[in-house]
Amino acid sequence: MDVILSGLGQGFAVALQPFNLFLVLAGCFFGTLIGALPGIGPINGVAILLPIAYSLGFPPESALILLAGIYYGAEYGGRISSILLNVPGDAGAVMTTLDGSPMAKRGEAGRALSLSGVASFVGGSVAIVLLTLFAPALAAFAVKFSPADYVALMVFAFTSLASLVGKNGIKTLLAAAIGLMIASIGVDANTGVMRFTLGSPELMAGIDFLVIVIGLFGMAELLHLVESYARGTLKTLPVDSTFVSWADIFAVKWVMLRSSIIGFIVGVLPGTGASVASAVSYGTEKRLAGESGKSFGTGDIRGLAAPESANNASASGAMVPMLTLGIPGSGTTAILLGALLLFNITPGPMLFQQKPDIAWGLIASMYIGNVALLVINLPLVGLFARLLTIPQQYLTPMIAVLAFIGVYSVVGDPFDLYLAVGLGVLGWVLRKLEFSLAPVILGVVLGNLFEDNLRRALSISGGDWSILLQSSNSLILYGLAILVVALPIVISRMLKARQNKAV
Amino acid sequence: MKRSAPLALALAFACLNPFSAFAANPEKPECVAPAKPGGGFDLTCRIIQTGFLEAKTLDAPMQVTFMPGGIGAVAYNLFNTTRTDDPNAVVAFSSGSLLNVATGKYGEWTEKDARWVAMAGTDYGAVIVKADSPYTDLKGVMEALKADPTSVVIGAGGSVGSQDWMKAALLMKAAGADPKKMRYVAFDGGGESIAALLGGNIGLYTGDIAEMSAHLDAGTMRVLAVMHSERLGEPFDKVPTAKEQGYDVQWPIIRGYYMGKKVSDEAYNAWVELFKKSYENDAFNQIVKDKGLFKLNIAGKEMEEYIHNDVAKLRTLAVEMGLIEAPK
Repeated sequence: MDVILSGLGQGFAVALQPFNLFLVLAGCFFGTLIGALPGIGPINGVAILLPIAYSLGFPPESALILLAGIYYGAEYGGRISSILLNVPGDAGAVMTTLDGSPMAKRGEAGRALSLSGVASFVGGSVAIVLLTLFAPALAAFAVKFSPADYVALMVFAFTSLASLVGKNGIKTLLAAAIGLMIASIGVDANTGVMRFTLGSPELMAGIDFLVIVIGLFGMAELLHLVESYARGTLKTLPVDSTFVSWADIFAVKWVMLRSSIIGFIVGVLPGTGASVASAVSYGTEKRLAGESGKSFGTGDIRGLAAPESANNASASGAMVPMLTLGIPGSGTTAILLGALLLFNITPGPMLFQQKPDIAWGLIASMYIGNVALLVINLPLVGLFARLLTIPQQYLTPMIAVLAFIGVYSVVGDPFDLYLAVGLGVLGWVLRKLEFSLAPVILGVVLGNLFEDNLRRALSISGGDWSILLQSSNSLILYGLAILVVALPIVISRMLKARQNKAV
Repeated sequence: MKRSAPLALALAFACLNPFSAFAANPEKPECVAPAKPGGGFDLTCRIIQTGFLEAKTLDAPMQVTFMPGGIGAVAYNLFNTTRTDDPNAVVAFSSGSLLNVATGKYGEWTEKDARWVAMAGTDYGAVIVKADSPYTDLKGVMEALKADPTSVVIGAGGSVGSQDWMKAALLMKAAGADPKKMRYVAFDGGGESIAALLGGNIGLYTGDIAEMSAHLDAGTMRVLAVMHSERLGEPFDKVPTAKEQGYDVQWPIIRGYYMGKKVSDEAYNAWVELFKKSYENDAFNQIVKDKGLFKLNIAGKEMEEYIHNDVAKLRTLAVEMGLIEAPK
């Protein structure tokens, strides 16, 4: 504990230097903007700014503080376009659209934005405290998590997603299956064989996740807007000056806390990031809400708070394996790791001993950044909410331009623009058929992880399926999965039985 | 395409550049990284972007552009169809790209369809186990593999048929075991592989030596051998080579640059000269080292020969390992 306190003290001394403090604030501000733009997420933001930070000759701790600020700033910002435009600002904000957008549509954009800002803050704060206290122990847990355990985690995630089943279970399953099919496009990660690439080199690396998100959500939303505009059924929303109330925050306090912890743990695991974290926490909360969970997806504040707490917590969680083991926990931390290497600093087990000012400086800057983000974000809520009062004939093309910029910035390949439009048409048709799009996206994310890890597990065991049931981590997760499926059924039976008795 | 270069700064430097008068240098130098930002190809381009700047061998600022798709296939196609004579651009490549050329993953184009300019540097394959592994030297693990090819689970950051897999397969072959019987686990990059090794999910990791510099002092992993003919310098000087332990397995992971097939000799030679001049410069060499590469100064005609030999060798290996059918 003394080590942690003195380290943290040292860290704050670094992070509170005026120049570094300025960089934290600048990073957070630009990160929010980058996150708010559909498609341009933390990975692009950090990757674009890394060479600039390097060439300006910043000391390593300052550069890292700036880049990290952009990283979690972007996780904050992702919610803005999810709520206002129903277009996820980045990959981790997909689930935020489910309840955020309905809230905005019924005139509560301000409330949704401010509540999700608070949820982000709670997620970020809980995660940083956990990071400070338990980083080494958690890192040891993360590496022990075997491919077979990942399979179990994915099974758990799938079952909690089953709760997303809307009015029509079969359509949800079909949507998830479409997602799985999209995920299988590209070079097979295990054998290097091409799958469904139709001989096109552009498809060899698969379809980028962001292109799928922007296409299915962004383009489909756009088509939907144009359609309603043409039909004259579109009404411009009045200025809304709603804001989060203490009662709201109080109502979701446990939701935020649980989701923060779930998000953090999922973030610590290498390979799973904000999108899995927000999906798992959303599903879990919906299950826990029981009968009242029916309002999830129609603008329930719990459904908004859960994914936002989780995706911010996972951003900090992903720092754990990077700082303590030199293993990136997400795409963005992989780039941060590259940034450290660029400055001749090798993260890993020795980092805290050899370069405590950098490691602790970064952690301290996360505390400051998180508070700064809340302070930056809350006053801007009113400004962002006004976006919705822009007449649709201007707003729609603006979303289109932003979405195209986002897609193009991912890889700079015009092919992706066509792909996004194609996916948009698919998404629009699916919406017409009353499919929910979130299961498609989650099919893509979870499908890839599920397949890769199942095959890794089987390669390890030499084809013996019993490896899936060998570790206690897996067994616990399978147990939870069964519980998640069975509990609501059992409870509703019991309630019915009691009612019958009463009659 | 993104302009991620800090152009203003580079321009400022360029004005101070004593070599500004050199007319032979490319006017609008560009390095194409055939991947997304942040990866190995990005790094390869950054080496010459900052290297030429600091060595003051190039007057114009270099732009780095990204052209992802098909693990380099999109760029290889483009430079064989539309930009075949572009005098200003070089494209980054690695051993992985050469393996793709050899196994026909780049379509109809072969190693003869590009002009190979120069090397950035090289890394070497490494055989790595966890610190508490029962294997303390290469011999131990090789004999275990020979006795039972399935006794050790090997993992690395690439799919079957990738250059990471190739290292493992070569190891099996050198041990006298059948590579097809190998228990190989494909991870997504080196980070995940190291996590799996530390977590005890795989027993052996065929990685790269440079990425081990962070872990050498930590005592969490043991590098059994480096896949090179001679020992490397500090801090890797204590790592024995595979060769000195009786197994001649060598695997350099080269990084370098190519241009389109129809580029004029004049433009090609200007780039080659630029590289040769930079190889002499300490500032340039320091940047190569900082980016985790070992010096490998090959450019021009020598480079073309090296690559043609290398691809031929890879093709033979790929046939042997059953990745492709023998050319008719």
